[in-house]
Amino acid sequence: MTTTVHNHRMRKGLSACISVFTLLCACMVVAPLGLVFIHLVRMGASAVNLDFFTHIPSGPGEPGGGMANAIVGTLILLGLACAIGVPTGVLGGVYLSEFGSLRVNWAIRFLCDILNGVPSIIWGIVINGLIVIPMKSYSAYAGGLALGCLMIPLVMRTTEEVLVLVPNGYREAALALGIARWRTTIHIVMKSAARGIITGILLALARVAGETAPLLFTALGNSFWNNDLSKPIAALPLQIFAYAISPYDNWHRQAWAGALVLVGFIFTLNISVRFLTRGKPVRV
Amino acid sequence: MGDRIFATFTMLMAGTVFLLILIVGWQLWNGSRMSIQKFGFHFLVSSDWDPVNDQYGALPFIFGTLVSSLIALVIAVPLSVATAIYLTELAPLWVRQPIVSLIEMLAAIPSVILGLWGIFVMVPWLRVEVLPILQRYMGWCPLFHGTIYGPCVLAGGMIIAIMIIPIITSVSREILVSVPHLQREAAYALGATRWEVTRIAVLSYAKRGIFGAIILGLGRALGETMAVTMVIGNTPQISASLFAPGYTLASVIANEFSEASDLYLQSLFEIGLVLFCVTILVNLLAQLILKTFAGATVKQ
Repeated sequence: MTTTVHNHRMRKGLSACISVFTLLCACMVVAPLGLVFIHLVRMGASAVNLDFFTHIPSGPGEPGGGMANAIVGTLILLGLACAIGVPTGVLGGVYLSEFGSLRVNWAIRFLCDILNGVPSIIWGIVINGLIVIPMKSYSAYAGGLALGCLMIPLVMRTTEEVLVLVPNGYREAALALGIARWRTTIHIVMKSAARGIITGILLALARVAGETAPLLFTALGNSFWNNDLSKPIAALPLQIFAYAISPYDNWHRQAWAGALVLVGFIFTLNISVRFLTRGKPVRV
Repeated sequence: MGDRIFATFTMLMAGTVFLLILIVGWQLWNGSRMSIQKFGFHFLVSSDWDPVNDQYGALPFIFGTLVSSLIALVIAVPLSVATAIYLTELAPLWVRQPIVSLIEMLAAIPSVILGLWGIFVMVPWLRVEVLPILQRYMGWCPLFHGTIYGPCVLAGGMIIAIMIIPIITSVSREILVSVPHLQREAAYALGATRWEVTRIAVLSYAKRGIFGAIILGLGRALGETMAVTMVIGNTPQISASLFAPGYTLASVIANEFSEASDLYLQSLFEIGLVLFCVTILVNLLAQLILKTFAGATVKQ
């Protein structure tokens, strides 16, 4: 009898120990986030000022300067990426949820997930070979295309996931009124899932906004203003990388400031996603 | 009529994923044809990386990639799986969502920013605090031998671990959530404690899926580029020591592609081809495991 009680206590004790151990593991998993964030604010905050948003980079050792051109460049690249990734991804998602057979859909979904796993540096060299070498110049177009290719599978999967949640009754009701299938899809199905589709697009944008590897050999980076999309263009992640591996102290400070701004931008996108999905049964 | 056009059009858009994989594969192969012809299979087993004499072998990079990914898995797998268990089985309900959100935020931090943190915070910390202690107590082991420079394979592995923890955790968590409640209730009914329920009823049921999550993490680890490039030291050498600088497939492309031409460039394309094939195979395996895992609805 005493042994069973003892045994039971041991088992309870083991269970409690493991709970504590897994809690510690969870803390260690979250710790890097806190550490990175603390350092970003400590090292970056002092260099984020008006100059940072209005000036182009200054030379090594010169004080001042900013990343205005890189911020605008990132926005331009994201715009180009959307122009390529959004229509392709959303319409592909429409196909997966509205048309298509079971087997074809399985294959396409599978390929999407495989594509998501392709290292982003691969996109950089492939687009370099396809666009940059024939055009004989690094360009914003090439950078946008690389980011757009990254977005396609992401947007396609999330669009499909929200479209299949639209109740079939909506489609049937519209078809019963004699509305053509394509009109039903655009005006009824996609419209009622619009929030979810936008959520998916924002998530994909947040994901590619910080990508550096695909831009290294496509957009290249630029320390000056550039309005010509067929020429190299600056981007925030590229500028951070270039400054981080440089030997100059003032450039290091600028890199931290750029990192703080980039993280701020990405977290804002993520939080607006949470705001959009709040109180909605949409699982994205 | 409009319907048919619309359906065909959307089908073409969905088909682009197929096209993209073909284009990537073709471009990598086409870009490396000269190098494949010249070096053949020898490319994969030669450790000669010498742009001056136009001799190229990928072994140091394959070695560096494997070692850094292995270190990353050794660190990330126990932490991620334990966290997933904590989040689904053991944690009080009110802490679950906040921790999940924090892990999502960790996943959203761009690679280049982790690299920045790695260069200026993690590597100096390792060099001054951690590595000397490791060397003092574990120096007898060849893994912890040699000069401490700072940037090293161990630092690369650690930064990759931080990058793959979120994906392994979130996929494992979804696997655990998908375990039917009846499993747990049956074990509780037999008088099992919380941990015993987890071990007997949940983990044994979910282990295949968790394995899939780990393989998925491995796929990400192999292709991780920016953060690793910034902390691994970028030296093409094969060394038993974890304190020695190394080089990975992805980081040699990132560092040397823009200055390369001719056979040099072709060799870098071939390295890209190797990386592409390996990650495709690893991801294929992961997806097959995850998609055939009963009842799991896993998204990435």
